[in-house]
Amino acid sequence: MKTHITTTVNGEPEEFLCETEQTLLDILRDELNLTGSKEGCSSGDCGACSIILNGRLVCACLVLAVEAEGQKIETIEGMADGEELHPLQKNFLKDAALQCGICTPGFLIAAKALLEKNLNPTEKEVRYWLAGNLCRCTGYDKIIRSVLNTAEEMRRK
Amino acid sequence: MATALKDFKWVGTRAVRPDGVEKVTGRAKFGADFSLPGMLIGKVLRSPHAHAKIKSINIEAARTLNGVKAIITGSDFNELPSEWVPAGEVQINFRDLSRSIMARNKVLFEGHPVAAVAATSEIIAREALALIKVEYEILPHVIDVEAAMSPDAPILHEDLFTAGVEPSPKTASNIAKRVDYSSGNIDDGFKEADVIIEKHFTTQPVHQGYIEPHATVASASEDGQCSIWTSTQGQYVVRAYCSEVLQLDISSIRVTPSEIGGGFGGKTTVYLEPLALALSKKAFRPVKMVMSREEVFRSSGPTSGSSMKIKIGARSDGTITAADVELKYQAGAFPGSPIMPGCMCALAPYNISNAKVVGYDVVVNRPKVVAYRAPGAPISEYAVECVINEIATKLNIDPLDIREKNAAKEGTRALYGPQFGAIGYIETLLAARGSNHYKSKLHENQGRGVASGFWFNIGGESCATININTDGTAELVLGNPDIGGSRASLAMIAAEALGIDYNKVHPIISDTSGLGYNFLTGGSRTTFAGGLAVNEAAEDVVRQIRERASKIWDIPEEAVTWEDGFVRPAGTNAGNFEPLSLADVAGMAAKTGGPISGHAQLNAQGAGPGFGTHICDVEVDEETGRVTILRYTVVQDVGKAIHPSYVEGQMQGGASQGIGWALNEEYIYDEEGKLQNAGFLDYRIPVASDLPMIDTIIVEVPNPRHPYGVKGVGEVPIVPPMAAVAGAIADAIGVHLTDLPMSPPRILKELNKKQ
Repeated sequence: MKTHITTTVNGEPEEFLCETEQTLLDILRDELNLTGSKEGCSSGDCGACSIILNGRLVCACLVLAVEAEGQKIETIEGMADGEELHPLQKNFLKDAALQCGICTPGFLIAAKALLEKNLNPTEKEVRYWLAGNLCRCTGYDKIIRSVLNTAEEMRRK
Repeated sequence: MATALKDFKWVGTRAVRPDGVEKVTGRAKFGADFSLPGMLIGKVLRSPHAHAKIKSINIEAARTLNGVKAIITGSDFNELPSEWVPAGEVQINFRDLSRSIMARNKVLFEGHPVAAVAATSEIIAREALALIKVEYEILPHVIDVEAAMSPDAPILHEDLFTAGVEPSPKTASNIAKRVDYSSGNIDDGFKEADVIIEKHFTTQPVHQGYIEPHATVASASEDGQCSIWTSTQGQYVVRAYCSEVLQLDISSIRVTPSEIGGGFGGKTTVYLEPLALALSKKAFRPVKMVMSREEVFRSSGPTSGSSMKIKIGARSDGTITAADVELKYQAGAFPGSPIMPGCMCALAPYNISNAKVVGYDVVVNRPKVVAYRAPGAPISEYAVECVINEIATKLNIDPLDIREKNAAKEGTRALYGPQFGAIGYIETLLAARGSNHYKSKLHENQGRGVASGFWFNIGGESCATININTDGTAELVLGNPDIGGSRASLAMIAAEALGIDYNKVHPIISDTSGLGYNFLTGGSRTTFAGGLAVNEAAEDVVRQIRERASKIWDIPEEAVTWEDGFVRPAGTNAGNFEPLSLADVAGMAAKTGGPISGHAQLNAQGAGPGFGTHICDVEVDEETGRVTILRYTVVQDVGKAIHPSYVEGQMQGGASQGIGWALNEEYIYDEEGKLQNAGFLDYRIPVASDLPMIDTIIVEVPNPRHPYGVKGVGEVPIVPPMAAVAGAIADAIGVHLTDLPMSPPRILKELNKKQ
């Protein structure tokens, strides 16, 4: 039997029905058509499905959909404010911090969660915070630089 | 062609990529993001055994499960003739491909598909797989390359007789092929040597490790028309392979590439596409199939593991007098390791008069290897570079100096045949020597290593269309999936050639019906070969613009010139007309002959071979054996960097894949031939906290056979890291390691031996 769940996704109220074995990632992608969160491993190792659940950075593949009852979910689809991209999104483009782009939504969400906690991270802090997000294309260099650049820019504002 | 590299307006800038916003907002559609109404979910039943006879498959219970719409097994596939067909950098045998994606009488590796199901939900599809009963007779297996070559090894294919040996063997073996390249006389060469070093090396299979698992949707209709949406490096190659494996007309299949979440060679073949299409042809509904990460590790990729013997001799001044190289590469369950490129690249950076390279392609009970970034080259060049470093140490010569002394340059004839043109190998050595990194000081337990690398780079079939809109904007239609910025580089070339703003060029990646055949995104060819096609299509547009201007002005076409995006009368004799921009002429297109559209189709020749030199500093923790990369610099000749940021990105990404190969990554099997680390937790690719910033030095020795001087970029940077890291470890601990990965247990063992 399916369970009825009521949540908030990117600021909008959302309802869905799910099997108890379905993950929140399954529901986001397959039921709510929010395919920006990616499935790279379904074991919490790659971070491509990073979302923010009630203010906390999590892998959506490790959350059961039924656990989302009454929770606030933020995904990559809610990161820009209208036509205004988030500073991280803008800088990822400017700094060429993506190649294939599959890991990009996860990195952006994870980096946003970092900068909300700490707007003045060291390179080492950024590297350890993002160690749960795998990228096979870039060698991380331009991603780390872009997060540091964004933090600096946001501090100045 | 105009090779003089003048100042460009767009080429060489760091423009924002056209597909960028889609990718930072989650809009971009990757393989698994595509869905169709009425779509079924397909799942694959895979062998739990490394080597076994399939005695029977009973699908009855699965077939009658509510929600199951189609089941396929090996009996649904035609037997194809065994023949080798060229496919870009490698060759392909469609009989083997077909057997690799769906087992027939035998399973040859753990994870080998034996059946596939399409059902109305993923949950039902999984239930159905559990209901399929397969009876196996387990056979002895072999996964090690040396063990597979021994006369008493379990034989994978009773009809496999070693090619390349005289006389042809009468008995079957696991050695599919022997290849041999030689020049001069190595015995004479070794007699001239003051120092000779001979070493045995092993490397483990490593996976391409793209973050996006294979994903596809296939839909067959009742009239035989088939559509496939898939994550691939080449939509035309998917179409060709599906057509061969399923015996369908090429024109009945239309393949649309999704955005691709990494490939590195691993998405140059098909796994799911023919299965999904075969299921759809039974169910007449669209079928979606997505691999799990575990399936990716067990059943796709990797590249070969190897066993290698390298013997190199040099005079005391560092001149290499002879090299004797023996390479044994694992092919996986079917012949076709990258042994040829492995042999051809092994000594390519050097001018060695007496050289012999022998290679063996060996089948083992592992997944069939597939291309991985410069396929074959990182393996053989790793071993050769390690020995060159050891010779340099022994002779007390700087490792960059010994390379410069023996370096291939313009005019050097490579062991595998061709004479090099304008290559930039020495330039990379000089740039490395001049870098701040190379001059910096090291501390205790730290070491520095250098290594170089070579890759051919390829051209190949490419098409491009440029449709000029009436407002002067341009649609750029391309045939290669954009795996890391090629839309940007090709749009920059189009903007440059058309004299219009880069932001007015709108690149799209076509499905197989929109352009003629394009070979896949691979071989570091996309910006090189695609760039040639785009440039030629732009020239076609310019020719049409001049023709239209001649009509508008009523003067001969020869009297119309094109410069900086404007047509002008050639001189006062030609007439006194105001210059017209591309937009001006395009706005009048309907009245002057109809739409303006430039096109090019070509088979790109003249790819420029690529060389790189890497510098690596490490620190070795003597208590744990952990190696930390402290500093890393990639120097590479790229011909001309169209978009420097994405060129640097390729250099940095290749280096970090190589660092993973050097330090952590390996396939670990148990006694029964089952993979023990089929996940990102245990198959550890480098994470952000494992790496430092990766510095880059772009060297530009233009390729004279490209209008913008482009050589390939993407593959060379994975070649040097393993030997550069090994050299750095040797410098730190005084031991030259010979087995990859150089993981903490291995380092500790060496440190303990030393004490």
